Amino acid sequence: MPETATAIAPIRTSEAAIALNGVDVAFRLAGGGVYRAVQSATLNVADGEFVSIVGPTGCGKSTLLNIAAGLLAPAAGHVDIFGNTLATLNRQAGYLFQADALFPWKTALENVAIGLETAGTPSSEARARATDWLARVGLGSFGDRYPHMLSGGQRKRIGLAQVLIRDPKILLMDEPFGALDAQTRQIMGNLLLDLWSADRKAVLFVTHDLEEAIALSDRVVIMSAGPSARIIGDWRVKLSRPRDIAEIKLDPAFHDLHREIWQMLKSEVIKGYAQAESR
Amino acid sequence: MSRITLLALQVLVAIVSLAIWHVFTTYPVFGKMLLPPFFFSNPVEVAKQIVVWFATGVIWKHLYVTLVEAMLAFAIGSIGGILVGFWFARQPRTAAVFDPYVKMANALPRVVLAPIFTLWLGLGIWSKVALGVTLVFFIVFFNVYQGVKEVSPTVLANARMLGMNERQLMRHVYWPSALSWMFSSLHTSVGFAVVGAVVGEYLGSAAGLGYLIQQAEGVFDVAGVFAGMFVLAAFVIAIDFVVTVIEKRLLVWRPIVGDARP
Repeated sequence: MPETATAIAPIRTSEAAIALNGVDVAFRLAGGGVYRAVQSATLNVADGEFVSIVGPTGCGKSTLLNIAAGLLAPAAGHVDIFGNTLATLNRQAGYLFQADALFPWKTALENVAIGLETAGTPSSEARARATDWLARVGLGSFGDRYPHMLSGGQRKRIGLAQVLIRDPKILLMDEPFGALDAQTRQIMGNLLLDLWSADRKAVLFVTHDLEEAIALSDRVVIMSAGPSARIIGDWRVKLSRPRDIAEIKLDPAFHDLHREIWQMLKSEVIKGYAQAESR
Repeated sequence: MSRITLLALQVLVAIVSLAIWHVFTTYPVFGKMLLPPFFFSNPVEVAKQIVVWFATGVIWKHLYVTLVEAMLAFAIGSIGGILVGFWFARQPRTAAVFDPYVKMANALPRVVLAPIFTLWLGLGIWSKVALGVTLVFFIVFFNVYQGVKEVSPTVLANARMLGMNERQLMRHVYWPSALSWMFSSLHTSVGFAVVGAVVGEYLGSAAGLGYLIQQAEGVFDVAGVFAGMFVLAAFVIAIDFVVTVIEKRLLVWRPIVGDARP
C-alpha cells in the first residue's frame, strides 16, 4: 500500500466490507409510538478502509454500529458484509465498546485469551498468543491483573487486544477513547493506527470528536442531529500515512479539512444540543 | 487508628461489660441487687459452666450436631437457590407466574414452619436442616436471580461479539456474575443456616446448641442459658471468619472500596 491516502481504490458495493443500504433504525417507545433514530442510511466501507462517523450527541451513530455488528436489526434496508446480507450476529467483526466491556472476573490475560478459547483454540495456545498480544498493546507485565486494578487507558488496551486477537476482518469502534484524557487518547490513537497498519482491516469508527476522526481516518462521514438522523456528508481525508496524531494536527491540510467539515457539523451540533435540552 | 489501639479498645469494651455485669450481680447497691443473680447469673458462674462443658467434652457433640445441620442447610439451600435462580432469570415467564408465590413464601416467618417440619421429618437433624434451607434458599435465590439479571448489557454484547454460544455465555458470563452476587451474601446465608439450625433445635430436639440452651432454660439454669449463648456467639464468629477467608479467595477480582490502584 503506498503511503498516500489518495491511492485508495474506488469502492464497489459488492466488494465493500460493510455496506449499509437504506438502513432505518426505529425503537418502540415505552408509552407506545415509535422513535425513528436513523433514516435511510447508506454507507460503504471498503476492505482496508478506515471510516469515521461523526455527529452530534444522540444522533444514532452508535446505533448504526450496532446494526453493522448485527446486535440490532434494521427497521428497513439491509446490511451487506462482504456481499452477504447480514441476518444474525456479524461473525467477521470485532467490536470495541464505549463502556467497559471486559469481564471483571477474568484477569487481563484471560480476558484477551477468551476470544480464542470460545473459538476452540486450546487453552495453552490461546494463552501464549494472548501473552503476545498483551505485549503488543504495551501491557506485557500486566497479565495477572484484574480489570479493576488497571487504569481506563490500560483497560482500553486490553479491550483492543481482546478484539484484535481474533483477527476480525472488520473492526467496529464506538467512541472507544471517549472517556480517556487528552494525552492518553493521543497515545491510544497512535497505537490503534500502528496495529491497524499492520494488516489494514476495514474500520468503522464512531466519535463525536472531529479532530480525532480526521486524524485517524481515510473518510469522515457526518450525520445530522436526530431524530431521523441522516448521513449528510462524506469527506475523503487526503493526508499521508503513517500518521502521528499529534503532528498531523499541525498540518495545514488538516486545518483546511477541519474547517470545511466543521462548517456543516456546527449547525447540526447546535441542533443536537437544542433537542437534547428540550427532551 | 492503629491495629493495636483498636484491639485494645475492643477488649476494653468486653472487660467493662463483664465488670459491670459482675459487680451488679454480686454486690448490692443500697442493699439491693440491681441485677438479681437468679435472672442474670454472673460471669463467674457462666465461665464455670463453659469450662465444665469443654472439660467433660459434652459440648463437642452438640457443636458437631449444630455444625452439621447448618452445613447441610447451607449446601442444600444454596444448590436449590442457584438452580431456581438461574431457571427463573433465564425464563422470565416462569418467574412471572411464580412471582406472587415466591413473595408469599419469603414473607412467611419461618418459625411457624418448624412444627410442620418436626411432624414431617421427626426430631432428628433433618427437621432443623429443612428450617435452615427455607432461610438460606431465598437469600441465595434472590442473589443469583439478580446476578444473572444484572449482567452488564455491554459485557453481554461483548461476549456475544467474541463468539460465545449459549453454553459459553453461561459459563463465562452468567455463572461468574451470579456467583459473585451469591458470595457477597455469603455471610448472611451462612448466618441464617446457623439460625435455622439453632431455632429448630430450640423448638424440639435431642442435641445441639439450641437444645442445650432450651434444656438450661427449662430448669431455670440462667448460667447455662448464658453459657450456651456465649458458646453460640463464639461458634458463629469462628464460622464467619472461615467465610471471610473463603470470600477473599473467591472474590479476588472484586475492587475493594478505597483500594488504591497499584
